[in-house]
Amino acid sequence: MKMSISKSINRTDAKGKIWGETPYLGDIAFDNPLYVKTVRSNQSHARISAIHIPTLPEGYWVIDKSHIPGKNYMKTVVSDHPILAEDEVLYIGQPILLVAGPDREKVYGLSKEIRIDYEPLPAVYTLEESEKQGMVFTDYTLSKGNPVEAFSQAEKILQDEYSTGLQEHVYLEPQGMAAEFKEDTVFVYGSMQCPFYVEEALTEALNMPADKIRVIQTTTGGAFGGKEEFPSLIACHVAIATCVTGHPVILIYDRDEDILSTTKRHPSLVRYKVGLDKNNTLTVLDIDILYNAGAYAGISPVVLQRGIFSSTNVYNFQHIRVRGRNFRTHTVPSGAFRGFGAPQSIFAMEMLMHNIAISLGLEPIDFKMKHCLKQGDTSCTGGKIHDKIILPELLERALTLSEYRKKIQTHKPFTGIGLSLFLHGCGFTGNGEQTIRGKIILQKKGKDVLIKVSSVEMGQGADTILRKIVAHTLELPIHHVQCEVRDTGLIPDSGPTVASRTVMIVGGLLQKAAEEMKSRWDTEENLEISKVYHHPDFLVWDNDTFTGNAYPTYSWGVNVAEVAIDPISYAIQVKKITAVYDVGRAIDERTLRGQMEGGIVQGMGWATIEVMHADEGTLVQRTLTDYKIPTSTDIPDIVCDFIENPYEFGPFGAKCAGELPFTGPAPAIAAAVSNALGIPIKELPITPEKLLEMKNDED
Amino acid sequence: MKIECTLNGQRKTLDVSSTRRLLDILREDFHLTAVKEGCGEGECGACMVLMDGKAVNACLIPAGNLMGKEIVTPEGFKESPRGKIIEEALIEAGAVQCGFCTPGFVMAIESLLNEHPHPTEENIREGLSGNLCRCTGYQMIFKSVRLAEEKGAGLW
Repeated sequence: MKMSISKSINRTDAKGKIWGETPYLGDIAFDNPLYVKTVRSNQSHARISAIHIPTLPEGYWVIDKSHIPGKNYMKTVVSDHPILAEDEVLYIGQPILLVAGPDREKVYGLSKEIRIDYEPLPAVYTLEESEKQGMVFTDYTLSKGNPVEAFSQAEKILQDEYSTGLQEHVYLEPQGMAAEFKEDTVFVYGSMQCPFYVEEALTEALNMPADKIRVIQTTTGGAFGGKEEFPSLIACHVAIATCVTGHPVILIYDRDEDILSTTKRHPSLVRYKVGLDKNNTLTVLDIDILYNAGAYAGISPVVLQRGIFSSTNVYNFQHIRVRGRNFRTHTVPSGAFRGFGAPQSIFAMEMLMHNIAISLGLEPIDFKMKHCLKQGDTSCTGGKIHDKIILPELLERALTLSEYRKKIQTHKPFTGIGLSLFLHGCGFTGNGEQTIRGKIILQKKGKDVLIKVSSVEMGQGADTILRKIVAHTLELPIHHVQCEVRDTGLIPDSGPTVASRTVMIVGGLLQKAAEEMKSRWDTEENLEISKVYHHPDFLVWDNDTFTGNAYPTYSWGVNVAEVAIDPISYAIQVKKITAVYDVGRAIDERTLRGQMEGGIVQGMGWATIEVMHADEGTLVQRTLTDYKIPTSTDIPDIVCDFIENPYEFGPFGAKCAGELPFTGPAPAIAAAVSNALGIPIKELPITPEKLLEMKNDED
Repeated sequence: MKIECTLNGQRKTLDVSSTRRLLDILREDFHLTAVKEGCGEGECGACMVLMDGKAVNACLIPAGNLMGKEIVTPEGFKESPRGKIIEEALIEAGAVQCGFCTPGFVMAIESLLNEHPHPTEENIREGLSGNLCRCTGYQMIFKSVRLAEEKGAGLW
């Protein structure tokens, strides 16, 4: 009998990484490279009136907007970010010039000698101020049922408001790119999630056809969304620099530069007006979602879409109106970050449900479960939920493993326990998968098989998992299956490595190709099979009205958090997180667990210690000394379990997993803190200072 | 200035400015690229090496402090019996994801087990607190320390 696919195997990339033999961008030796340094705006909003460049030594260059061969913007969803600033700058840290030269210290020195004169312009820093001034990028509305009538019939109407803060990715490997010309082709190398996003950005910036551009992903030291759209910008920088100078160039950010200038998680504000009937059932919700997109729109519209479509979380409401808006502020642009807009709106919804239950004197679990989606119900976009929902089983397992029911009765002062329910829509939002139509190629040469995809290994285990899917299907030892280098000259576009889509969508295509290959294995020595993604026919989506199945399916989770709060300092210690998930089926149990544990800790950081804010556009936390992420002394005990619920259209029944675990901890921890102190939590991060203030206000 | 020290078991004479960072000397002069730069300010531990058996951040050590010191990088530790045990333990525990922090953790684990061959949970958490990992949530790294302790009984 074949071994279960879920049985863990050793990661294929572990050994090389352990000994530092696997080269990241900074470890690669280029032939006499020039070093590039970015000269940035120190103004939140200003017109550039003059630039003073010192006399440059022989072999040094200063590059500006006039050197850009093609269009001066970074191609993405909204292509509004200039590659190098035109006459106006919109945030502190915005790239204006590049300095290139052979000696890194001298390049850094020159970049500091450049003087830029500005005429300051009025700047807006907060969501509230931006809303007041109507600086809206995107304004979406969706509705279901008849909210107006439902409000008129409501027994009770409540209003509430929730907010979340900035978060920095802190991938351990800072952003970086290198470029060189070979004959008539530009080669760009770097740390990235989406080689074809980078290629597309380069075709526009360089005004060159894609076949004269090769984008090659180097070993990527963590990404978490931070290397989704942002690398396109620095890829343009190095590609332009290599075109101007004729030399190989390399640009790797220092950590402080990375924190200053790269995208962050969108700060959010969610306002509710909700109606309840006489049975204390929520019958109607009006949800107003505001995300701070920062200075440029970029990828924010799709982040907002996921935020809106996830805003009713695991609940089934009959009458809903959801408005979502992205606002401009003169701060560093927000972008993709694990969860992609969903953690913010789900945090708000979970705390709304929790706080309503508490205010009504109800047990939050009972109140939440009364509203839960069941198979056959419709989502907030009216899409029918086709698959079996096992949330009650997940909940029961989490309650048992955590002894929640006992602990909530017996907890001591300053300790608390809280619970969250959550989901994640698998794959691209809306018609994303139908538009991108991911393509894979599987090649057989004798006894060996080569996987050709653009989905990258960035730490999550994609190489091992994709190889395992193919090897398992073909009943081959895994070393007979390899992944092609992610070089856009050698691979098809299977889509970007985002949206927790790699296993379910790309892995699903590979499984199909491997099945076909198996049937022809004995008769054909060499074989190439390609597959293109087709959306299941029963799924419908209208992108103009936002109606239908926003996602092919969902993964689900339940978290229980236990906290202890210092009675003097109000420092929060997260003691334990119990997590139970339905991700369909695990392709590799240990790799999956690694995703879950890492996501839990990152989510805990967002909820508690990861404080980041800007003072008039200047980030207060500028280094890893100021911006704290969880260390080994901060983390809770983690109990993590899975219940299988195989998905018909995923490989071996797998759904999505990478982003799901991020969402659960924040509302569970907030509920636990609320339980410990008897105060409602409506804002992230939850800091001792804020708790003290709330307790003082109470007294 | 000229500095005498031992690097991965070999005596070296460095001719460098006294303020040059050990991190740059290792990466640029000796191409020992297992020593990674994650922050350059001693917060992340990705550049951790052993100096006279203790884990230190190479980004915080100026060349002037190296006189007479014995420096070991992951490259110099790889073939040792303890190195092989730590490698096996990290793989078996699933403690490697993006890998950028991993060589630094190898150094931290070696230093931890040197000090505490049978570490308490507190020892493990403290011993690894100078190394940041953004992928794993640390649980599997803790487990790798336990596995190394078992598999390498008597080696530390």
